[in-house]
Amino acid sequence: MDRLTARGTRRRSLAALVALFAMPRRALAQPIMNPAPGIDARTINTPQGALQSILEGAEMRRGRVRLELPSIGENGHSVPMTVRVDSPMSDADYVRRIDLVSDKNPVPLMATFFLGSHMGRAEIESRVRLNGTQRVTAIAQLSDGSFWFDAADIVVNESACLDGG
Amino acid sequence: MTARIQVPREARRGDLIEVRIVIQHPMETGFRYDSLGRQTPRNVIHRFECRYGGVEVFRAAMGAGIAANPYLRFFVRAKESGDIECRWVDQENVSGFASARVTVSG
Repeated sequence: MDRLTARGTRRRSLAALVALFAMPRRALAQPIMNPAPGIDARTINTPQGALQSILEGAEMRRGRVRLELPSIGENGHSVPMTVRVDSPMSDADYVRRIDLVSDKNPVPLMATFFLGSHMGRAEIESRVRLNGTQRVTAIAQLSDGSFWFDAADIVVNESACLDGG
Repeated sequence: MTARIQVPREARRGDLIEVRIVIQHPMETGFRYDSLGRQTPRNVIHRFECRYGGVEVFRAAMGAGIAANPYLRFFVRAKESGDIECRWVDQENVSGFASARVTVSG
């Protein structure tokens, strides 16, 4: 009986130790904080936090947005990225903003683009930095306030953040 | 800061004008260390805006997730002849400007 209990305790502490190491390193290094309203989302250090600051409780649906990334990136320093949204871009129906969120970058919110009906086409191309193999999400907010998204998975052979970041 | 902006010189009213711009800038992430082990402070172009005929048509808030020498390509619908003016500023408050003129016919 004595031995059984001792083993149980040991097993439990072992489980706790395993759980500690299983936690993402970032979660250990930087506690997740609830930012005060109005805080710049760029300071939020988790992808979930960045998403929350964009959506502010609203739902997002998959569709209407197309995020194009190469499936394999030789190196993460400069990865071509195109995002386009299916929108007439008229005065009545246009894309208000597009956010790019990285799953793995130290600063998850990579960029926010503010668009308008003057643009005529909701398509933006740029080059992004990626800290390793990951999923990138593009979230578009339309003029009616609804959120739409697309996600793309990319394998990055050489991370942009090898040199200590 | 040097930049190169590419815009078609002429367009027809209602056409889409493709604007392409590359700005020479390191977009320092703030995660790099120099040879003496000192951290290089973060310095990125955090604000970029584009005006066409004096009206803001596009704006970008960028972070360290945008690659060095940021490149942007976007569209503007041709209305009237005018300047396409881009302005940007980095975290050391150094700002830049590039513009191109479009002649709109029809």
